[in-house]
Amino acid sequence: MNNNIIEINGLRKDYHIGEVTVHALRGVDLKIKEGEFVAIMGASGSGKSTMLNILGCLDTPTAGDYLLDGINVNTMNKDALAKFRNKKLGFVFQSYNLLARTTALENVELPLFYNSKVRSKERKESAIMALEAVGLSDRMHHMPNQLSGGQQQRVAIARSLVNNPVLILADEPTGNLDTRTSFEIMELFQNLNDKGRTIVYVTHEPDIAKFGTRNVLFRDGKIQRESLVTDRLNAREILETLPVENIEEFDK
Amino acid sequence: MNYSNLFRIAIRALIRNKMRAFLTMLGIIIGVASVIAMLAIGEGSKQKIRGEISSMGTNMVMVMPNMQRRGGVSLGASNSMALKYTDVIALRNEATSLAEVSPEVRANGQVIYGNQNTQTTMYGVSEEYLSIKKLEILSGRFFNSNEIKSMSKACILGQTVVENLFGAGADPVGLTIRVKKLPFLIIGVLKDKGESGMGQDQDDLILAPYTTVQRRLAAIDYINGIYASAISEEKSPEAIKETEEVLRRTHKLKESAENDFRVMSQSELLKTVSSITDILTYLLGAIAGISLLVGGIGIMNIMLVSVTERTREIGLRMSVGGRGKDIMKQFLAESIILSILGGLLGVLFGYLLARLAGSLMSSHAIVKTQAVVLAFIVCFIIGVFFGWYPARKAANLNPIDALRYE
Repeated sequence: MNNNIIEINGLRKDYHIGEVTVHALRGVDLKIKEGEFVAIMGASGSGKSTMLNILGCLDTPTAGDYLLDGINVNTMNKDALAKFRNKKLGFVFQSYNLLARTTALENVELPLFYNSKVRSKERKESAIMALEAVGLSDRMHHMPNQLSGGQQQRVAIARSLVNNPVLILADEPTGNLDTRTSFEIMELFQNLNDKGRTIVYVTHEPDIAKFGTRNVLFRDGKIQRESLVTDRLNAREILETLPVENIEEFDK
Repeated sequence: MNYSNLFRIAIRALIRNKMRAFLTMLGIIIGVASVIAMLAIGEGSKQKIRGEISSMGTNMVMVMPNMQRRGGVSLGASNSMALKYTDVIALRNEATSLAEVSPEVRANGQVIYGNQNTQTTMYGVSEEYLSIKKLEILSGRFFNSNEIKSMSKACILGQTVVENLFGAGADPVGLTIRVKKLPFLIIGVLKDKGESGMGQDQDDLILAPYTTVQRRLAAIDYINGIYASAISEEKSPEAIKETEEVLRRTHKLKESAENDFRVMSQSELLKTVSSITDILTYLLGAIAGISLLVGGIGIMNIMLVSVTERTREIGLRMSVGGRGKDIMKQFLAESIILSILGGLLGVLFGYLLARLAGSLMSSHAIVKTQAVVLAFIVCFIIGVFFGWYPARKAANLNPIDALRYE
């Protein structure tokens, strides 16, 4: 065992739009080990979104192999993929995607609803634990519209944690947030990573990419550059240097 | 996802849009209410008519002479001499599925008491007639076999005749009336029977021994008809068959000859009338059913809107592990809840409507359990049928596109 959570070999993805074939990915090789915190970067149209869809088992590659947690995803059908996502993956989106008029607790419980093995008591306990892990145990019964953007994203992160996934995928998790809140979210991710979570996130902000342990740059459907982050930022330290009050007032 | 969660989530989704859910249900409510009310009114009037016919005796079998032709001239049925008293005796002795048999001889005429007079029909019958026709004596008594034998001039009056000659509520037992100059002693009065299902006054009659009417009034040797009762209502088809056989034999009819009489039964009449009211009921129900269909289309419409509105939610549910069929079940649950709840309110509303209509029309509106059960089944089917397409649409969404939907 080499502890590879993700193993991708010769991955290709073509889209057919009418008679035109778009080569979104043209041969990608990528390995991500357990405990890594990888930022995927790239300009729009570089293939990073397609990559994330495939990593998230929302889409299947045209050619090549994708092994997630040692299991080949290529051969799975729609239902099997859904079940696989339910067990192995956690998603965080740019726009949070919380269910409106549904409490934070129930939003976090959602993935477990689709796992028939989880009893309702167990489901609730797991959701409470996940909310505690993101520091929102006092907001459990709030509706999304009663929460700030940062808090909503925390709920979304709690939701991605609740099924204890092998991999958390975040699609521009700080895209809708102000600088300070972005750092707070990255601090949360760094904490989770320190505890051993494997996280892959997409960002187009070089600053945000520096919170990860490794950066992967996409260009024209290929990996242009892979590099370990040498000048890694620590979100907690940065937060301490920021003038707290002004921003909180601005936030209100 | 288990079913209790499924329905909890569906109910919550509906509560989020209370007004919309209610308006969608309204279509079903009105549809079900009108179906229930129409069926109840139909059933009520059917039972009313049935009751009227049954009060004349459901196991009654009637024998009428057939129209006779002599040299191409129709002589009419009432003047036919085909039936004789011997036929009555033959039926009494041979027809085992008949309980009681009575002849009927009719004579029309003026009836006089003091300075009052009225036009009525005198029916010459035997003692069995009372129970065959389900008539009851209000006061006095019916005549007996001795009075039949002796051609006694005794008679029993119907309420209409009593009213016309003596005034309403009078008890004329013991008085003597004159019919075609013959004096008749009133020995009894019949209980009020009301109009028949066909609007005929059943109290405008005088009963007397058939011998008296046949010999003294009509001066004929035949009888106008035979009334009999089958052993039971179920046996009445058999009774008809047997009556025909016996009469053909006594009339010495050849194989090829047509019957010179007609046999009818009350239960046949009942069947005919019932089938007519049934058709009417179904027609009303079908018209009401159309509004139920429109209600179903309303559900489909709203579910389609709902699927479009919640595309991102569907995408999210899929990305966290919801399979196509999970999504489908969720939307089906919503449409089924809408239609079943609408059905429930519709039944309630329809019941009240039926009560109201019943009191206005002075006939009972009867809500049958079958109609209620049927309404629920139809509602469930509507929920599934009209929820299917939107739910499938939701289930077939691509999670990637659904998540990005603006």
